[in-house]
Amino acid sequence: MTTTLTEAPPAKDPEDPAPAPRKPRKRGRLVPYWLLLPGLLWLVVFFALPLVYQASTSVQTGSLEEGFKVTWHFATYWDALTDYWPQFLRSVLYAGAATVLCLLLGYPLAYLIAFRAGRWRGIILVLVIAPFFTSFLIRTLAWKTILADGGPVVGALNSLHVLDVTSWLGVTAGDRVLATPLAVICGLTYNFLPFMILPLYTSLERIDGRLHEAAGDLYAKPSTTFRKVTLPLSMPGVVSGTLLTFIPAAGDYVNADLLGSTDTRMVGNVIQTQFLRVLDYPTAAALSFILMAAILFMVTFYIRKSGTEDLV
Amino acid sequence: MAFVRWLRRNLVVIAGLCTLAYLLLPNIVVTVFSFNKPKGRFNYSWQEFSLDAWKDPCGVADMCGSLSLSLQIATWATIGATVLGTMIAFALVRYRFRARGAVNSLIFLPMAMPEVVMAASLLTLFLNMGAQLGFWTVLIAHIMFCLSFVVTAVKARVMSMDPRLEQAAQDLYAGPVQTFLRVTLPIAAPGIAAGALLAFALSFDDFIITNFNAGSTVTFPMFVWGSAQRGTPVQINVIGTAMFLVAVLLVLAGMLIGKRRNKQPK
Repeated sequence: MTTTLTEAPPAKDPEDPAPAPRKPRKRGRLVPYWLLLPGLLWLVVFFALPLVYQASTSVQTGSLEEGFKVTWHFATYWDALTDYWPQFLRSVLYAGAATVLCLLLGYPLAYLIAFRAGRWRGIILVLVIAPFFTSFLIRTLAWKTILADGGPVVGALNSLHVLDVTSWLGVTAGDRVLATPLAVICGLTYNFLPFMILPLYTSLERIDGRLHEAAGDLYAKPSTTFRKVTLPLSMPGVVSGTLLTFIPAAGDYVNADLLGSTDTRMVGNVIQTQFLRVLDYPTAAALSFILMAAILFMVTFYIRKSGTEDLV
Repeated sequence: MAFVRWLRRNLVVIAGLCTLAYLLLPNIVVTVFSFNKPKGRFNYSWQEFSLDAWKDPCGVADMCGSLSLSLQIATWATIGATVLGTMIAFALVRYRFRARGAVNSLIFLPMAMPEVVMAASLLTLFLNMGAQLGFWTVLIAHIMFCLSFVVTAVKARVMSMDPRLEQAAQDLYAGPVQTFLRVTLPIAAPGIAAGALLAFALSFDDFIITNFNAGSTVTFPMFVWGSAQRGTPVQINVIGTAMFLVAVLLVLAGMLIGKRRNKQPK
């Protein structure tokens, strides 16, 4: 766990990382610690400590009126899992589907920006980044208009018999898209697509164009060049893009709330409701811990499998 | 046949442009519907063209208040996260010290954690401390989750910096302060600016963490969220459109400046 996900250069330190101090004094050796102190203190107090508090909350019992006490009541975890496993499963499935769609949609665009855009490169990059700066809630609400019942999109999908297929797959219901799993997956894909495109683009951009020429000179077909040269070299981007898409998508509750229905609730929705409406803090804390553990587990497994451990 | 060959050669371009269209479609819809005159409380179907919302963008109760609150929080969060994050980034790249790996993990973890987990755990901390939820708790939370992104952006830039430039400055009898202000800081500036811009955008747009820790304080994303239940005023689309335009212009300006800098002889 040295470098982070999106940054461009691999962890290659300059040969002499510290500029030779002119007079090595004792004071100088403390400099990094003074630089780190305020920021790390912030992270420890407002990131690490809260996780400890949450762990303790998850094993408490009691009620809002009487107060909560730590009773090491681990059954909360079991109850949370048995009550809400459909929402957990849905989170993983929806986030997984959105991640695959992001990869399929994002790869051509990243490839286009990296190799084919020419002088349009800057403009297209701006158009990919700019939505970051506009409220994602407003844009998600716009999907309500786009996918509205009887609207042009639904009409077109209907006449192309796409909705028959998706209904058969169980992701839409009848001739509507809103309030179905498809709408939620569409929203998730849309919202996290830039997180896939940007790492893909940085890893594609680093590929030496001469490698493509060399492959062509050796009579490789374009598809072979892609399979044997481009794709393997872009794997770091694929891995970090997948993580950057899957992790936030699995915890998201905004898309499921705005575009879905009660049948599409994800685990984020449950945590939000338990915490802010039902005020059942132990259950909410347990759910949130299970989500965190599940994601850490899946991410570790995925990084092992994809063989780019030095990436994270 | 020629068409099929052309299609095959440009398949990537066509697919890429389709994705771009998918990305921009909501922005187009938001813009178009900012000129709508809806009949009911919800602005989801087209009725008739009108400039009313553009003429009176603050005509909705509480909306511009929440907007200015979000701008304030984003500004302070950006300043806080950028200062703290830049310090951490310099320490990590420039110095060897014990626990470097642990520090790196602590920086990485907030980015690899679902927002809802961070939001919920921070709320348990605040509840346990008996803190009053509001402006300060939101600001604290925003600085916390922006910090890692700033560190990443600045680190990437500082890592690619040639340490010999600073040695040269010192050989020319520049003091440590002078070296830092005249050499180090200007070179690191684009990274710091990128980090700050990212922090601003993340803070301004954050909903999940704010929703948990804001109490009864209403930021702009929370106003939009509430309006999705109560009825969306057209003015929301006006703000959305304006934000998109400002963002495009800002990023374009940044790119132009960057391009001009790069053209100068090194």
